[in-house]
Amino acid sequence: MRWRAADWLRLGGFLAAGTLAAGCFTERQNAGAKLYAQHCAHCHGDEGQGLRRLIPPLAGADYVAQNRSGLACLVRRGVNGPMVVNGIAFNQVMPGHEDLTDSEITNLLNFVQSSWGNKGEPYTIREVSERLQGCAGSDGQ
Amino acid sequence: MMFFLFTRARRGALLIGGALLVLSACQSKPDTAALDRLPYIGERQVVPRADGGPADTLYATIPAFTLTDQDSATITNDTFKNKVYVADFFFATCPSICPKMQSEMLRVYEKFKDNPRVLFLSHTIDPEHDSVAVLRDYAQRLGVQDASRWHFATASHDTIFSLARAYYVSAQKDASLAGGFAHSGAFTLIDSQRRIRGVYDGMNPDEVARLIEDLPVLLKEEAETTAQAAL
Repeated sequence: MRWRAADWLRLGGFLAAGTLAAGCFTERQNAGAKLYAQHCAHCHGDEGQGLRRLIPPLAGADYVAQNRSGLACLVRRGVNGPMVVNGIAFNQVMPGHEDLTDSEITNLLNFVQSSWGNKGEPYTIREVSERLQGCAGSDGQ
Repeated sequence: MMFFLFTRARRGALLIGGALLVLSACQSKPDTAALDRLPYIGERQVVPRADGGPADTLYATIPAFTLTDQDSATITNDTFKNKVYVADFFFATCPSICPKMQSEMLRVYEKFKDNPRVLFLSHTIDPEHDSVAVLRDYAQRLGVQDASRWHFATASHDTIFSLARAYYVSAQKDASLAGGFAHSGAFTLIDSQRRIRGVYDGMNPDEVARLIEDLPVLLKEEAETTAQAAL
């Protein structure tokens, strides 16, 4: 089959539309993954696996499922002291993240709640901002 | 005539091309084949011999040290006599690079767990916080039960920081950072003569893989040296 000019145009248009669409969506989708890689993966691991009994896992973690409402402030303010995750007692310091906006925390938490087999309900930015007001940590953005 | 020149030029180009191919084949060899001897890292001194024989080359070595490990045992250079070891610097509450580094170190440790000639030494750069009890808890949480294979050690602040320089690790206090310290995640490989044989970025899995490949090379050299000394 010989390709005519119209075919090429059609293909070009299709590719261009695909690229545009990908541009619109992937960045949003990847925002949480990027934030995770940047701020969390060094300690919690690339797959949310944690590190032995030193750093708690996020993948399949009962704490993540059961403390849905407290996670925004945990990310904002950090946490220090004993914590039980999946029956194992951890005791480490997690730094707070004053540098993240409310919407970045939302993206991050949605990534964690929907990755590595986690099936938590997604958050809206409004919900995260409300939760953050509980620890005077909302920047309204 | 023109034709002749052309063919000559073409033959020349072929020759040069061929030579380049051969050369590039030579150059790529060290990458694919494992090194049979690790380099010596650091400054070296050439010392003339009194008897006029060939001069001796002295390589940079780790200075004498005395540290305390997670079992409260005193460890010195002698602890690593006839062994090779991998050293790094961390602190227990480090929120940035340490967990990643120590999980990479764990990978090396797991690989050489059954070889008592390979030891590990992690120095805390926060001796004020990281007491012996804190170090023991850290080691156990990491799954290291045998302190004689992987020492988590402390000493005075000055001792640790001057040792860090000897191991090619940069470390300094930095109150602006979470955790309060800035340090590089280097792993340093030391031979039985206290000489530095490799420095690897402990944050980079490819570099750590290189360390895992280098260790048997060093162990082979050590075994050969011991065999020669026994003759």
